[in-house]
Amino acid sequence: MTPPRSPPPDSDLRERRELLDEPGLARTLRRLALEIVERVPQADRPLYLIGIRTGGAYLAQRLVELVASVGEGEPRPLLGAVDISLYRDDVFSGLPKPEIGPTELPEPVDGKTIVLVDDVLFTGRTVRAAMDVLADYGRPRSVMLAALVDRGRRELPIQPDFVGVTVQTTATESVRVMLKERGERDRVVLRERQAGAAP
Amino acid sequence: MTAFPHRHLLGTEGLSVADLLTIMDLGERFLEINDRTIKKVPTLRGKTVVNLFLEPSTRTRTSFEIAAKRLSADAINISGSGSSTVKGETLMDTAKNVDAMSPDVVVLRHAQAGAAAMLAGRIRAGVVNAGDGAHEHPTQALLDCSTIRAHKGRIDGLTVAICGDIRHSRVARSNIWALRALGAEVRVAGPRTLLAPGLAEMGAVVHDRIEPALEGADVVMMLRIQKERMGTSLFPNTREYSRYFGLNARRLGLAKKDAIVMHPGPINRGVELDPAIADGPRAVILDQVARGVAIRMAVLYLLAGGETADG
Repeated sequence: MTPPRSPPPDSDLRERRELLDEPGLARTLRRLALEIVERVPQADRPLYLIGIRTGGAYLAQRLVELVASVGEGEPRPLLGAVDISLYRDDVFSGLPKPEIGPTELPEPVDGKTIVLVDDVLFTGRTVRAAMDVLADYGRPRSVMLAALVDRGRRELPIQPDFVGVTVQTTATESVRVMLKERGERDRVVLRERQAGAAP
Repeated sequence: MTAFPHRHLLGTEGLSVADLLTIMDLGERFLEINDRTIKKVPTLRGKTVVNLFLEPSTRTRTSFEIAAKRLSADAINISGSGSSTVKGETLMDTAKNVDAMSPDVVVLRHAQAGAAAMLAGRIRAGVVNAGDGAHEHPTQALLDCSTIRAHKGRIDGLTVAICGDIRHSRVARSNIWALRALGAEVRVAGPRTLLAPGLAEMGAVVHDRIEPALEGADVVMMLRIQKERMGTSLFPNTREYSRYFGLNARRLGLAKKDAIVMHPGPINRGVELDPAIADGPRAVILDQVARGVAIRMAVLYLLAGGETADG
């Protein structure tokens, strides 16, 4: 069995390349919002954007505003957030300290068209867990997936419906999404574990 | 560093403020699951919790059982009557037999003080003390602290009056340790025959009348008077007890205007608690029960998960 991964400490990572700068991130999100409006059939309204905590929840919040402003006569999407801590397949081996955030689904998911929003799509395990959370709350009509960054290296048969940036990565690289909601400047960077640091 | 550096929960004595807050905070996260339509998360799937209740208990056992099941653990109940203890098996033998079936957590209720501590470390499973004689009942104190914090916004600086049969109360002892650690002033009140030595050393202010304990209190915690002790030399009868130590509207008037009234249950209506207060707006008794499930979920989560994290 492959041991579960925990993210390497920040100090071991060196920035290699900027994938999106501040205007680039804004542009990418606007395009994602437009694609969602155009490609989801009009019959499936209102949309229900549900972010995966923590990064995805901030992005879902921004996408709700963008969808409401880019679409002519587009009803404002519903907004929700899921926390997957209790649904992880590595719940006891991945995280030393349980940081469990609230799952907030103000509207029932039954019969809704849901767009799950994640910041970085990687192994697919997070999305798998998020789908399990939704199933415990009800039976959506359909569930789609929007990711700001798809860094590949999937371990489960999960593919996104809407992608901001696609980037090929190696096992020693990681993608970090910085957001102003967390007190950082909006940008996305590709980082690599420094040689000599513990794997 | 792990969030909870213990393999067992034997008492609130000796728990750090960080430990107490870890359990309370996690419990408050779990509260939300109990309001869902599907009240279950897969977190403890494949883990086994044995509720070894060798002393009669319905609410605590049910609470632990629901907590385990809402986390998807398998919960098995063994009670005193109908088990091999009536055939003369010792606690240690019973526990070792249970342990041989590889449970992850054993929740023990036992009439003997120190029973849970005796099992801890002698069996492989983590041990939760669900009440050992007159010693400790830590999950009750934790759910009480969680309830107080939810209604008062804090614990530090509050005055809590614990009234009734202090001598036989593991609830009182666990609450004194926890509340003192979290910064509350704790007063205990009861007839002299129902007070115990050592309460002042634990940090409580001791009264042999209820009125001075209630004066200006933020929280009034009434303890159950065990009817089985009635008519013994400790106190004469329920009418007399109620007259001098029962909580009625007049006595509650001595406490702060927004004081809350708590009771670990089951209530003897009209003995330690006037029914009008038990059903009144100041009582938070059913909230205690609801939080009990969430706190026990937190404890099972931390103990059942801890082993894997360390190993």
